[in-house]
Amino acid sequence: MDNFTPLSALAGGVLIGLASVWLLAANGRIAGVSGILHGLFAQPPGDRAWRAAFIAGLIAAGFVWHALFPATSSSQVGWGWLALAGALVGFGTRIGGGCTSGHGVCGLGRFSLRSLVAVMVFMATGMAATFVMRHVL
Amino acid sequence: MISALGAGFLFGIGLWLSGMANPRKVLDFLDVSGNWDPSLLLVMGGAVAVTAAAFRPLLKKQKLEFRKDVDIPLLTGAALFGIGWGIGGYCPGPALTALSSLSAEVFVFVAAMVGGGFLAKIAAPAGPGA
Repeated sequence: MDNFTPLSALAGGVLIGLASVWLLAANGRIAGVSGILHGLFAQPPGDRAWRAAFIAGLIAAGFVWHALFPATSSSQVGWGWLALAGALVGFGTRIGGGCTSGHGVCGLGRFSLRSLVAVMVFMATGMAATFVMRHVL
Repeated sequence: MISALGAGFLFGIGLWLSGMANPRKVLDFLDVSGNWDPSLLLVMGGAVAVTAAAFRPLLKKQKLEFRKDVDIPLLTGAALFGIGWGIGGYCPGPALTALSSLSAEVFVFVAAMVGGGFLAKIAAPAGPGA
């Protein structure tokens, strides 16, 4: 556990929570990133502007962060695996109605049993997949 | 519009500060049998502490509707999402903010993620609800 970073993790988590509260208070929307992304491509086009603005803000934050703290990060798994991973994440979040933010940060904050079940399931399968990737394959 | 941009920006800074935007750190959390990094429990704990305290009065003023049922698409979708998360270490928010690193692997992931969303729409046309 020499890689444990409790202070930055907690502080970052609080910012994520505050951002979710901000979006709900100002826009009346749930900060579920998969839902925001999938809705961007929904037909017929509806409320795209705020979705695009939220995602632009997410990406802008990355540029600002890199300017302040130059560092690179990569998953160190191959592109084929990443393509499979991306497809599973896109497919799964759409039929499951949420991801780490929608079911996790926001759903748990609403004390939703549906979201709690989703979080427990994706944590469990995530841990299983990482175990297979790192210790079996 | 501006408020959504600001919320997205703050959300993104939180992802970077917390370490969630680093897929290796996410995988170190999911790898409970390895050199386990419990940091992400605190990310989720910190975020949920804020939403749990502030959401209830806000939700009373909003007209949002939420599903409460635990059904097969929820379980299947969450299971598949988790597998994808556990393979690459990216979930949707971190993947989008990591586009800023201009690394090809993130573009591959995000393109596949959008494609997976389209596939799901064909497979299960009824729109989901969180």
